[in-house]
Amino acid sequence: MTAHFVAAYKAFAANGASGAPPWLKEIRERAIARFAEVGFPTTRLEQWRFTNVQPISETPFELQRVNWQLDRFPAGVTVSTLGSAVVTAPDFLRAHLGRYAAVETSPFTALATAFLADGIVIRVAAGAVVTEPIRVGCRIPHASRPMTHPRLLIVVERGAQAKIVEAYEGDAPGISLTNSVTEVVLEAGAQLDLCREQREGARSNHVAASHFHQDGDSRLVFTTVALGAGLVRHDIHAVLDGSGAHLILNGLSMLRGQQHVDHHTTIDHAKPHCESHEYFNGVFDGESHGVFNGRIIVRPGAQRTDSKQTNNNLLLSRSARADSQPQLEIYADDVKCTHGSTVGPLDPAALFYLRSRGLGAEEARGLLTYGFGAEVLDRIAVPGARERLDGEIRARLGVPEMARSAA
Amino acid sequence: MTPPLLEIKDLHASVEGNEILKGVDLTVRAGEVHAIMGPNGSGKSTLAQLLAGHPAYTVTSGSVRFDGKDLFDLDPEERAREGLFLAFQYPVAIRGITNSYFLRSAVNAIRKHRGLPELDPLDFLQVLEDKLKAIGWDDSFMNRAVNEGFSGGEKKRNEILQLAVLEPRLAVLDETDSGLDIDALKTVAEAVNALRSKDRAFIVVTHYQRLLNYIVPDFVHVLAEGRIVRSGGKELALTLEEKGYAGTGVGA
Repeated sequence: MTAHFVAAYKAFAANGASGAPPWLKEIRERAIARFAEVGFPTTRLEQWRFTNVQPISETPFELQRVNWQLDRFPAGVTVSTLGSAVVTAPDFLRAHLGRYAAVETSPFTALATAFLADGIVIRVAAGAVVTEPIRVGCRIPHASRPMTHPRLLIVVERGAQAKIVEAYEGDAPGISLTNSVTEVVLEAGAQLDLCREQREGARSNHVAASHFHQDGDSRLVFTTVALGAGLVRHDIHAVLDGSGAHLILNGLSMLRGQQHVDHHTTIDHAKPHCESHEYFNGVFDGESHGVFNGRIIVRPGAQRTDSKQTNNNLLLSRSARADSQPQLEIYADDVKCTHGSTVGPLDPAALFYLRSRGLGAEEARGLLTYGFGAEVLDRIAVPGARERLDGEIRARLGVPEMARSAA
Repeated sequence: MTPPLLEIKDLHASVEGNEILKGVDLTVRAGEVHAIMGPNGSGKSTLAQLLAGHPAYTVTSGSVRFDGKDLFDLDPEERAREGLFLAFQYPVAIRGITNSYFLRSAVNAIRKHRGLPELDPLDFLQVLEDKLKAIGWDDSFMNRAVNEGFSGGEKKRNEILQLAVLEPRLAVLDETDSGLDIDALKTVAEAVNALRSKDRAFIVVTHYQRLLNYIVPDFVHVLAEGRIVRSGGKELALTLEEKGYAGTGVGA
């Protein structure tokens, strides 16, 4: 069914998108050529072994405009639509757009880039310190079989600081495809707290690619929280491209029913003296399935790399399943790399410990499950985001207010 | 004479088909401190964990009454709410849950059972501060996840803090001295001594006499091969220390 998507592209290129500048048209053309060449991935490919996208490939989705939800933005930051940035900041855009999310990394990135039109560009000027969070929301449009390709470009310039939330939501019962690409650049000494929230319906398909490029002494704390969709596939690529860059990658998935989530993360230590810490926790109930693939590359010469990866998966039912695969590729000798993963039910020793203190069995189970999520949420540094997600997870598990003001 | 708080009669228990306890008899009254000593594998920890309701142990015969109730009719959480507390030999780490939240949840579960209103965070904080002060500790690990990354000594302290906050009627200390250096041992013992009262009983399970220099028991029992083979006053512990378990004709 690659043909349906290529035909949709042709219609798109001939109509609404025809006013784009030549350089953008060229990016799209290259992308659709790539997509047409490789087509949708099959489970025969190692990278897609656990995630079957055949239902996506066989659905005649209809291209829709992205339903962006933007709040008022704080001072010190420029937020514009891609359409207006093409006119006002073409050189800036050309320098960054599509430079990090190469179309070769995934057929879905190629597809999203072919339809590149709907986007938000956030630029934090050099030295600016923006403490108020910037929130960009994206809702699945109410339409039949909608397909959207939301694009985000975030550039935090030299020494600047910002906090951003990107949220993908939708409760429509019908089938949909959200195919998002986010490119993030942190120039030297920049700091960004980025929080990604995703909560969609049982028949939603959510495919995402997050590409991070970090220069020296920059610091990125990224937290992604997947609270359910029929299918979620999220590829995260981070390149630590300057000495002293620091990355914290947090992930939490909480799934039930027949939901599926697949996180593929790649952390590329391209330069020496960089640090990356990755913590992914998954909680799977019902017949849900979680996949985690964590690849860490330490390039030749990237000495004194300090990299730590953990992936813990909690199975709340006998039919739930989790697959965890670390992948370390180390080409330098003076490095510290550790990884660990667990898959299993709630620890009976922990359950007994809580019950021996007077907590009922159900309450104990809820608290232990909540703790699995809270551990990840506690690292969110975006004001308001942690509290909101914490409340959401507590409500789901029936765990009363944490009231952290105590002690 | 007051009726016993705990009455164990001819208790037999097994784990995975192996009989560990082979007829234990023990009576504990409010206000008393009983030490249970014995060589490795004698069944000391089995007895402690079984009293708290650990699911790994199967009671094959005998009875245990706690405050007149059949203990085996009660789930672990019901035992805790009735006032039984086990200080674990190996306290479990709980990721993502702070010590203060955990303690408040436990206190409120027990208060609810006793028909008392739940404590809000501020009331709880007050209770906690009083307890911390009473046992001479600060609140430095209240906002850390329960036992997560705690040293051996911190874990044992945390058990005693829970004991102080939950105010049980019977506290069973399972090898609370293991892994403690002498300073930590003294601190823990002082905290326990501060919690001794005429309404509260303790069962102190230990391999070594050392702890009993600091928590002086009223009674000492020697458990060997699943039975209490000798009982006496605090001087029995000293005899054991001098002559060893073999020297007293026990567990040789």
